[in-house]
Amino acid sequence: MGSKQLERSDLGALFRELAAEGRTIVGPTVRDGAIVYDEIATDNDLPIGWIDEQSAGSYRLVRSGRDGCFDFVVGPHSWKRFLHPPQVRLWSARREGQRLAIEEAGHESPRYAFIGVRGCELEAIARQDRIFLEGEYVDATYRGNRQDSFLVAVNCGRAGGSCFCVSMGTGPRAGAGYDLALTEVIDEQRHYFLIEAGSESGRALIDRLPVREAGAVELAAASARIEATEASMGRSMETDGLRELLQARATSAQWDEIAKRCLTCANCTMVCPTCFCTTVEDVTDLTGDHAERWRSWDSCFTMDFSWIHGGSVRPSASARYRHWMTHKLSSWIDQFGTSGCVGCGRCITWCPVGIDITEEVRIMREAADREHAAEEGVQ
Amino acid sequence: MAIRSEATGSLSDPMTPRIFVVERFRRELHDTFTLELTPGPGMAPIVYRPGQFNMLYAMGVGEAPISISGDPAQTGQLIHTIRSVGAVTEALGRLRSGDALGLRGPYGRPWPVEAAAGNDVLIIAGGIGLAPLRPAIYCLLAERHRYGRVALLYGARSPREILYRRQLERWRARFDIEVEVTVDRAAPEWRGSVGVVTTLLPRVQFDPDHTTVMICGPEVMMRHVARDLIQRGVAEEQIHLSMERNMKCAIGFCGHCQYGPKFICRDGPVFDFHSIGGLFGVREI
Ligand SMILES: Cc1cc2nc3c(=O)[nH]c(=O)nc-3n(C[C@H](O)[C@H](O)[C@H](O)COP(=O)(O)OP(=O)(O)OC[C@H]3O[C@@H](n4cnc5c(N)ncnc54)[C@H](O)[C@@H]3O)c2cc1C
Ligand code: SF4
Ligand code: SF4
Ligand code: FES
Repeated sequence: MGSKQLERSDLGALFRELAAEGRTIVGPTVRDGAIVYDEIATDNDLPIGWIDEQSAGSYRLVRSGRDGCFDFVVGPHSWKRFLHPPQVRLWSARREGQRLAIEEAGHESPRYAFIGVRGCELEAIARQDRIFLEGEYVDATYRGNRQDSFLVAVNCGRAGGSCFCVSMGTGPRAGAGYDLALTEVIDEQRHYFLIEAGSESGRALIDRLPVREAGAVELAAASARIEATEASMGRSMETDGLRELLQARATSAQWDEIAKRCLTCANCTMVCPTCFCTTVEDVTDLTGDHAERWRSWDSCFTMDFSWIHGGSVRPSASARYRHWMTHKLSSWIDQFGTSGCVGCGRCITWCPVGIDITEEVRIMREAADREHAAEEGVQ
Repeated sequence: MAIRSEATGSLSDPMTPRIFVVERFRRELHDTFTLELTPGPGMAPIVYRPGQFNMLYAMGVGEAPISISGDPAQTGQLIHTIRSVGAVTEALGRLRSGDALGLRGPYGRPWPVEAAAGNDVLIIAGGIGLAPLRPAIYCLLAERHRYGRVALLYGARSPREILYRRQLERWRARFDIEVEVTVDRAAPEWRGSVGVVTTLLPRVQFDPDHTTVMICGPEVMMRHVARDLIQRGVAEEQIHLSMERNMKCAIGFCGHCQYGPKFICRDGPVFDFHSIGGLFGVREI
């Protein structure tokens, strides 16, 4: 099946069809000065006419002057909020005398439809799938939320100020894993979407939408928009040999330099779409005979994270930042076969002091190159 | 896109403990005790290999990773030796015969008792570190003919902190295992060795080219022992250690146990020195 085109005025039909399938629709919407992901009902809930101006340590919504539905990029939320929720009740325990009974929470998982999943985000979901679904153990909560999800991707029509997906090979065009992919095109005459199916369920859904075959003009316009995004991306990260580079630089003085700025606030880990760490906690009632076990997002930037009897393994900010960045860009490759970074730029934007992971990698490389050159000189 | 999923039906979460019951509580030292557990009604026994651990859940308090310290051949009997150091381990220490607890496991990669066949074997433990090694000792002694010389070197802080004392004496009485014990601080009645466990190394005979070493104890102790062994010519690949980090899941989900690129719960806790040696000297890793 070739690509189709869907008029902007018909975008509502996509929402209606997904709702008719009994799906919980989640998508971008404006809230408290940011674009967040939440349950939305119609296309009117989308951040129409808004763009997000982003740079290191800064995020601001501004009017775009046109009525694009997806002209922004990514905000502080990611889909992990729904697939790997910030707080989950795992099970509850009851004590009767000496006996103990444990009962799983057994959540009802919604049948999610995610609207507006970017290329970097599709990859982030794939990387969390790897952790929670494709290893020796399967996380029941993640599986429940993920197993019947329907993903509507959006090819990015504008490069955000913190984005570097091109260098990470994850965008701006959505790669594998979507059910439908949209490219929004607005020209003098028309406002429409190029719509492509990536799965059987996507194809079946397109059949129920008021679409027309896309012609050469529409295909070219959509491609041109994605190519323009690619060409205008301001940031990049050189990933060649990064795994080895960071392993070799565990004792670099640069970590202390970064630590002078890092507040260990954990923002970067909370906004990162791949960061997956959690902690667990028991909540008990007054009698102590009933307990609930909760799991919540955790961050390697806290002192407690690495606590063992006698103290924290990583008391210094330097060691904690090193752990985070080395995990993302190096250890992840050993653990899961890919980088843990998809180039979404969230950690750059939402860092209160504007620490930029691409810049830190650049400095790290330059230091390594200088040392290498010095060694060559000696020989 | 939806994930490929096998038939529907609810999936049991790997974070859910099973119920076990305390058969016996035994005090070992002033702060250390042993729990003998049996499966609760309808629960299958745990089949494990030496060096593996379980997550033990104390009602309303939380979970802690605790190595299995019994004899793997005695199926149906599950033994844990625990030192009370904080909330969970103290709550576990309040359990008595008939009390129930939650348990998940077994987890982790075992001591290389199979691969050690044909070699001399050195077991080197510090403090509570003897508990995770005891299953390996049982295995070695059960098939003693498969190994060369076998020695156990144990260091405790003081004579009253020597774990499994009577068992150590029984083993020492055997001719097929050499048992050496040292204490950091001697007491008046102590007639044995004084000093850290590395001081015992020169006393034992082994063939560095054909020796398997298993070490468990505080990280500094393991570092010194490994260094001395490497100097004696033992290959890094033959030196195995059990590592410890904070653990919230034991199944590769929580991220807490990371040690460089390794997950200690999944890739360890037993590692050979070669695979982690580069991390050993790095501070705060
Ligand atoms: C693989 C493995 C095997 C172990 N085997 C044994 C054993 O056989 N016997 C024994 O007595 N102890 C063992 N330990 C150590 C034991 O898990 C800790 O002493 C225990 O977790 C402390 O928890 P707490 O709540 O009592 O202490 P607290 O200090 O109150 O714990 C606070 C937090 O830190 C974590 N924590 C504290 N100390 C440690 C530690 N040393 N290792 C990992 N996490 C820690 C706990 O999970 C808890 O979340 C083992 C640890 C690991 C990783
Ligand atoms: S590390 Fe930063 S840029 Fe990379 S995926 Fe996480 S938030 Fe996005
Ligand atoms: S890098 Fe920035 S966002 Fe991350 S912990 Fe440090 S200050 Fe917070
Ligand atoms: S203990 Fe959770 S990842 Fe290892």
